[in-house]
Amino acid sequence: MSVKIRKLLTFVDETLVEGGREVSPPVRRAAALAVIENPFAGRYEVDLTVLIEAGAELGELLSQRAVAALGVPGETCQSYGKAALVGENGELEHAAALLHPKMGTPVRKTLGKGAALIPSSKKRGGIGAELDIPLGHKDAAYVRSHFDGMQVSVPDAPRANEIVVAVAVTTGGRPLPRVGGLKHEEAEGKDGLR
Amino acid sequence: MTEIRVRKRLLIVEDIFHEGGPIAATPLKRAAALAVIANPFAGRYVEEIAYFMKELEPLGLYMANRLVAALGGDPTKVEGYGKGAIVGSAGELEHGALWHVPGGYAMRGALGEAKAIVASAKKVGGPGARLDVPITHINASYVRSHFDAMEVGINDSPRADEILLALAMTTGARVHARVGGLKASEVQGKDGLR
Repeated sequence: MSVKIRKLLTFVDETLVEGGREVSPPVRRAAALAVIENPFAGRYEVDLTVLIEAGAELGELLSQRAVAALGVPGETCQSYGKAALVGENGELEHAAALLHPKMGTPVRKTLGKGAALIPSSKKRGGIGAELDIPLGHKDAAYVRSHFDGMQVSVPDAPRANEIVVAVAVTTGGRPLPRVGGLKHEEAEGKDGLR
Repeated sequence: MTEIRVRKRLLIVEDIFHEGGPIAATPLKRAAALAVIANPFAGRYVEEIAYFMKELEPLGLYMANRLVAALGGDPTKVEGYGKGAIVGSAGELEHGALWHVPGGYAMRGALGEAKAIVASAKKVGGPGARLDVPITHINASYVRSHFDAMEVGINDSPRADEILLALAMTTGARVHARVGGLKASEVQGKDGLR
């Protein structure tokens, strides 16, 4: 690993009832997080290669941990998302280096496919800050039932010189989707959009 | 007989490698299982509530077994435990106290023998309220290295008429424990204290 990991976390969230109605099967979502040392905290660095490489390594590690936490084959996961929370001595660009250049490929490998853009969010925050990971259908970004988000936080992170990195995967969309749009069953999954 | 209605479950697993000091040869694992249930006594004063403890037993056992599985599946590797509850705003603190017996017995059931009292915390709170679940050694409450706590919460829970129930387990001491006191290796394990 190109960066030092202080801790790893997984969250598995299952919704059995929504709006008073039973959700069958329950919607299951998993987020895997790593708390890493930010090698560039407190100084301006032009070359962010170390974090770009770490993005690839973390994409593999976190997507595998999230899928394992759901206990299902990666191919059966339906939506995904990623996010990074940079501690106060870091830059937003550090989150971008982790998330954008190289993280996607290993995540898609874990899930078998993944034609769609992986929705992402990033922010800077203090210890315990909440991070909302956006979620979207992995093969067709316009599947409306799968527009969602998962809130996570780590009470003791990020410290000023750390970054929290997260990958989330799900077994389905929102619990009771009924606002129309493209459906999971209708998605072609060729262009990543529909 | 009251049906236990679970709206949501959340499982949190942490692998802690270091906290600024030497990297642990075996990372400390901590896990918490949360369940959000309907509070059958919300919105009014009910005198006879104690029967509900019995009803909670199967849920407690499910959560305890899930924690053991999340920590690797071997109950003998579990060294610390704790429990807690957050009661939604239309309920009473006393409703949270219903978790003491089923939560504690469930963990002892899953772990075989565990002599020490299960540390606990409870409160009344709104959606997103956080609870610090206290954690102590499973056989001897005075083991100083195992005094710990795990902060838990769910952004949309508990609603006013719900109760969020929590159980937590750990595989060992704080990652850089070094403040002396009774050691896990010195435990007699007879009275649950030392």
